[in-house]
Amino acid sequence: MTGPSAAEPQDMRDMFRSMLLIRRFEEKASEEYMAGRIGGFLHLAIGEEAAVVGTVSAMRADDPLTSTYREHGQALARGTDPRVVMAELLGRSTGLCGGRGGSMHLMDRSRSFYGGYGIVGGSVPLGLGLAYAIRYRGGDQVSVTMFGDGATNQGVVAECFNMAGLWDLPIVFLILNNQYGMGTSLEHASAEEDLYPRAEAYGIPAWKVDGMDVMAVRGAVAEATRMAREERSPVCVELLAYRYRGHSMSDPDTVRDAEEKERWRLRDPLITFERVLLGEAVMTADDISAMTAEVEEQVEDAATFAEQSPEVPVGELADGVYANPFNDDARGGALMR
Amino acid sequence: MSTDAAKPVAYRDALNQALREELARDPDVFLLGEDIAGFDGAFKVTRGLLEEFGPERVVDTPITEAGFTGLAIGAAMTGLRPVVEIMTVNFAILAMDQIVNNAAKIHYMFGGQVSVPIVIRMPGGGGHQLSSQHSQTLDSWFAHVPGLKVVCPSTPEDAKGLLKTAIRDDDPVIFIENEGLYGKKGPVGGPDDLIPFGQAVVRRAGTHCTVIAHSRMVWVALQAAEELAAQGIEVEVIDPRTFRPLDLDTLAGSVRRTGHAVIVDEGWPEYGISAGLATHLYEACFDWIDAPIGRVNCADVPMPYAKNLEQAALPQPADVVAAVLANIGRGVS
Ligand SMILES: Cc1ncc(C[n+]2csc(CCOP(=O)(O)OP(=O)(O)O)c2C)c(N)n1
Ligand SMILES: [Mg+2]
Repeated sequence: MTGPSAAEPQDMRDMFRSMLLIRRFEEKASEEYMAGRIGGFLHLAIGEEAAVVGTVSAMRADDPLTSTYREHGQALARGTDPRVVMAELLGRSTGLCGGRGGSMHLMDRSRSFYGGYGIVGGSVPLGLGLAYAIRYRGGDQVSVTMFGDGATNQGVVAECFNMAGLWDLPIVFLILNNQYGMGTSLEHASAEEDLYPRAEAYGIPAWKVDGMDVMAVRGAVAEATRMAREERSPVCVELLAYRYRGHSMSDPDTVRDAEEKERWRLRDPLITFERVLLGEAVMTADDISAMTAEVEEQVEDAATFAEQSPEVPVGELADGVYANPFNDDARGGALMR
Repeated sequence: MSTDAAKPVAYRDALNQALREELARDPDVFLLGEDIAGFDGAFKVTRGLLEEFGPERVVDTPITEAGFTGLAIGAAMTGLRPVVEIMTVNFAILAMDQIVNNAAKIHYMFGGQVSVPIVIRMPGGGGHQLSSQHSQTLDSWFAHVPGLKVVCPSTPEDAKGLLKTAIRDDDPVIFIENEGLYGKKGPVGGPDDLIPFGQAVVRRAGTHCTVIAHSRMVWVALQAAEELAAQGIEVEVIDPRTFRPLDLDTLAGSVRRTGHAVIVDEGWPEYGISAGLATHLYEACFDWIDAPIGRVNCADVPMPYAKNLEQAALPQPADVVAAVLANIGRGVS
């Protein structure tokens, strides 16, 4: 079985719905943050929906996915219930990870989403390990690991390119190049502006696509996963994209210039895809309004669910540190002070 | 003293003053780190320094902690004095090889031919709902290693005075700030006020029990001390300020007088700062203490995200109050 490639009208509608859901969900999350119900860091992927949805739509449901901390979209696109995602963001007991992880650390193993991680570059070897496990077990899945332009400068990413090339592991390295790592621009941080040639240096086929165009992303990732699946070869795809918000909610986003932001705004992936859908008569304007209303309702419902969910009982603080717990301390094990 | 010197300064600005003064004083000093130039630093400690000293001396790096830390160590081997900012201590884990295998070893291993006059600044600590990978207190990791000096300032005055000392020191200095302290205001010293390493300071005098705390925990301990004072219990709060070197005389002297000790440490309880200090105190004060040394630590778990869990995991003033009462035999323990 190969992954999906040609997009049927229904696929396109699903992709649009998924992008809308991510956009509205994250807008709602930013409100929850402003209201003080979400704490810590909240990294929004608004502007990057095409990169996320195009990727996930080209993957098989059993292809493992790993991501960075900017991963609400990955969970939602994989089909995780927005209610439990929002509940995790609010740190509630009904949250996807029981309130332990928060916004930066979503994981839905039941959907082969193997998590969002907070250490830049740190998740890439995990994606490689998932690929290793696939080959070890003789499976035909492909591991997809998404990371940022900034992360490509971590040494561990080069180490992973080498091992993937050396051992022909079934992995797609997806560089989500939004051109900034916090306040540092790509040109300020990288000796070369193109990032995918770094993978080529290890014999990995690699190319760059327009990450604001969901159909282009889907096509590229479909081809990449096909190669990794059928030819048992690692592949690297660089998605050129842009985030519309600051690095996180606490970043006033004063570094990027207004003219640049405006230029990328014109390429809003939702607006451009909507044009395609209307132009190709995949959806009518009425269909789109109806879908938007549905998604908005779903997001409101998720927020209500999260807000009304109970807090995590404090007595459970020390639960789950180990898979095989022990208690070697007469004063109360892990809760010892 | 000028009127300016009396004005309260935020901890982050005190650090900024130290950096500015040392950059101006010594052309061998330069700064290196992620987002420290154009972005003023993740915690705005380096604000304005790029404009004043230029991109050769205030250098933005790619996100590559192992690489730029090692680079700074190499540069320091020639006598330059790099001050590296690692965005938080959690990311220093990526540079641990360079810090432990290189910076800490080079002077000794090569028979003293070169020293490594580097400062690595970074904040540690939790309390901001950043979950497990971004909330760690790893002071003990560095304090464990011979060859490193380890400094943990708790006030703006110490932040400035100790950072200036760190920059002028010829050994690798691990300078651990705290995310919860950057906004804390207080008086600071002038350009020539250096604070020597290895001098603990008494933050509050008392007779019933010695409470040892560093970094943000000093403020937790002081709050507990207020609450205890209302019950007629006077604790002596001592801030060691540096762990290598450690001013054991001041700590032990106080414990011998009070006969009681409680250590407050945001790190985990197992094999950490509180465990190390307790060992020193048992060895130095065994015949003077009236109760086993009390310890208040972060719960022995990876830090959870949920606010209520995180607050439960972190040492709170009430935990310190309870530990002191238990130690002096007045609590319900
Ligand atoms: C090892 C490490 N260093 C620094 C940080 C702080 N940090 C968090 S995100 C980020 C920028 C990452 O940029 P990029 O990889 O391009 O991803 P983006 O945020 O743009 O999605 C930095 C420096 C971190 N989390 N981990
Ligand atoms: Mg980026």
